[in-house]
Amino acid sequence: MTSLAFDHLSVRYGNETAVYDYSDTVRPGEWVCFIGPNGAGKSSLLRSIVGVTKHKGTIYVDGSPLSARSPRRRAQLIAYVPQSPMLPPDMTVSEYVLLGRNPYVSHFSVETDHDREMAENVLARLDLESFASRRLGTLSGGERQRIVIARAIAQEAPILLLDEPTSALDIGHQQQALELVDRIRTEHGLTVISAMHDLTLAGLYSDRLVLLYEGHCVASGGAREVLRPETLGEFYGVTVRVHHEPDGTVVVVPYRNVN
Amino acid sequence: MLQPNNSVSTVVAWKWIVASLVVLCAALLFGTMIGPAGPTWWRVPLELLDRLPLISIDSGVTDSQWLIVSQIRMPRVALAALVGAMLSVSGAAYQGVFRNPLVDPYLLGVAAGAGLGATVVFTVNRAGTTSWVIDPLPLAAFVGGLTAVILTYLVGAAFGNDRASTTLVLAGVAVTSLATAFQTFILQRNSDVVRQVYSWILGRLSTATWGDVRLVLPYVIASSIVLIMHRRLLDILRVGDDEASALGVYVDRVRLVVVITATLGTASVVAVSGLIGFVGIIVPHAVRLIAGTSYRIVLPVSLLLGGAFLVIADVPGRVLSDPAETPIGVVTALLGAPFFLLILRMRKARV
Repeated sequence: MTSLAFDHLSVRYGNETAVYDYSDTVRPGEWVCFIGPNGAGKSSLLRSIVGVTKHKGTIYVDGSPLSARSPRRRAQLIAYVPQSPMLPPDMTVSEYVLLGRNPYVSHFSVETDHDREMAENVLARLDLESFASRRLGTLSGGERQRIVIARAIAQEAPILLLDEPTSALDIGHQQQALELVDRIRTEHGLTVISAMHDLTLAGLYSDRLVLLYEGHCVASGGAREVLRPETLGEFYGVTVRVHHEPDGTVVVVPYRNVN
Repeated sequence: MLQPNNSVSTVVAWKWIVASLVVLCAALLFGTMIGPAGPTWWRVPLELLDRLPLISIDSGVTDSQWLIVSQIRMPRVALAALVGAMLSVSGAAYQGVFRNPLVDPYLLGVAAGAGLGATVVFTVNRAGTTSWVIDPLPLAAFVGGLTAVILTYLVGAAFGNDRASTTLVLAGVAVTSLATAFQTFILQRNSDVVRQVYSWILGRLSTATWGDVRLVLPYVIASSIVLIMHRRLLDILRVGDDEASALGVYVDRVRLVVVITATLGTASVVAVSGLIGFVGIIVPHAVRLIAGTSYRIVLPVSLLLGGAFLVIADVPGRVLSDPAETPIGVVTALLGAPFFLLILRMRKARV
C-alpha cells in the first residue's frame, strides 16, 4: 500500500489562487475525499497530483517526490478518473480499457498478450465482458463511468484519483459506482483520493473528509467532525440538518428557510 | 473470453494492410498499362513479366514503346503513388494530433507555406542550385510549410479554446491567404520566374522523372516510418491531452514530432508535385469509414490506399489530354470538395 503526501502545495492560475499552501498526508490504504463548494480547489488538487496542472510545493509518493518521476512512472503509480472523460465515440470498450496499459508499453512498441489479458480480466471482474466490442458512443452514463473506472484499474496503480465520479449518475448508479470503487480498493489495497459533491455519500464511503474553501483547507476529519450544520452553513452558504443514523452514517439533508 | 474482433488485434490490422497493398499494386499496374502513347495496354504486363529473371515471353513491345513505359509512365505512376501516400498519411496524422477531422496539409496552410518557400528558391536562383549536393527546393518548401503550420496552430490556439474547434481550420485559411499574398507579391516583382512557379504550382506529375522520384523517396520513407511508429500514441491522444498525459504520454513531445514529421513529408512531395489538394482528407476518412478508426489501421492503410488513390486519380488527366491535360489538383478538388462537405454534415449530425 502506498502513501501520498502534500508539502506546501499551491496552485495558481494567473492571479487566481486555486489551492493555497496545502500540506497533508494520505495514509496507505486510506480513502480521502475532498469536499467544498464549486471552485474550492478540489479538481486543481487532483490535477496537480496527476501532473496536468502546474503547482508549487512538493507531492511525495511513498516518501519520494513525484516531480522526479517520468510521466510513465507516474502513471504506474497514479490512475486518474477525470470529471468528464473524453470518450471517442467510435472506440470500442476493449480498446479503451487497453489504453490503461500504456504506462507499461514502451513508446514505439505495442501491447503484449499480457496487457491484453489484463484488460480482459478487468472487464471480467467488473462484469463488463459483454461490453467489450461495444462502441463508447453507444453507452449510457452509468456504463461509461464503469468503463472509465475499468481503464483506471487496468493501469494497476496503487493510488486511484476520482474527480466527481458520481456527478452524472442517478442515485442507483452512484451507489453502484462507489461500491465498485470500494470493492477494488479492498481487493487491491488501493489508496483512494476523490473529490465529491454529495456530502452524505462522501461521508459514507471515505475514511476522511477534507473541506476546502477558496483554496484553503478549513476542516479535516471523519464525517461526524466535518459534516456539521454550522460548518456547512458557513462555507457552502446552505441550510442543512445533519442526522446521525444508528449505524454511524451521517446524513446531510437541506431544508428550506420558510419565513 | 473476448471475441477475436473485439480489440484492434494485430491480425485485423494486417488483414487491412495486406488488402490495401493488393489494391496499391493493382493501381500501379493499371497506371502503367494506360497512357495516350506507347504499347497496347495488355502487352505491358507481358513485357513486365518478360523482364523478370528466368521468364521469357514475347510481348511484342518495341524498344521505343518500352522507353515510353519505363521513362514516362512508370516515373509518373511512382511519383503519384509517393505523393498520394505521403499526403494521406500526413493528413491522418494531423487529424490525430489536432483531434480535428477537418484538417489536412492544405487547410493547415502547409501547402501554401511550402509554395512560398519554393517560390523564394525559384526567385533567388533556381538555375544555380541544381548542381548542389542537396537540392534546396524541398528544404525551402519544408521551412515554409513548417512556419505556416506553426503559425496556424498558434493563431488557432490563441483564438479558440479548443484544438477540436473549427477555429483551427479558419486560422489555416488565414495563414494560407497570407502565404499566397506574399507569394503573389514576390512574383509581381520577379515576373521572369512566373512561368516556372505556376507550372510548379499546377502540379508537375506530368513532367515526372525518375530524378523526382529519387528526390522525394527518402523523405517519404523516413516520414512514413516515423508517423506509423506513433500509431499507438495517436490512439491514446484521442482521449484528450490531460488524460493522455495522465496515462504517461509526453503529449507535447508527441505532437511536436508528429507535426514536424508530417510537415517535412508533405513539404517534400509538394516540392516536386506542386499543390494537390484534399487527398489528405479524402483518403483517411474513407479508411475510417470502411476499416475502423484506430490509428493502427488508419495510418498504414491511408499510406497504401493514398498511393493507389492518386495513381488512379491521375489516369483521367493523362488519357483525356485533349486539348490540354487536366491538372491532377483539379481532379482531387472535384472529388474532395463534396467529400469535405459530407464530413462537415456527418459531424453536425453527431453533435
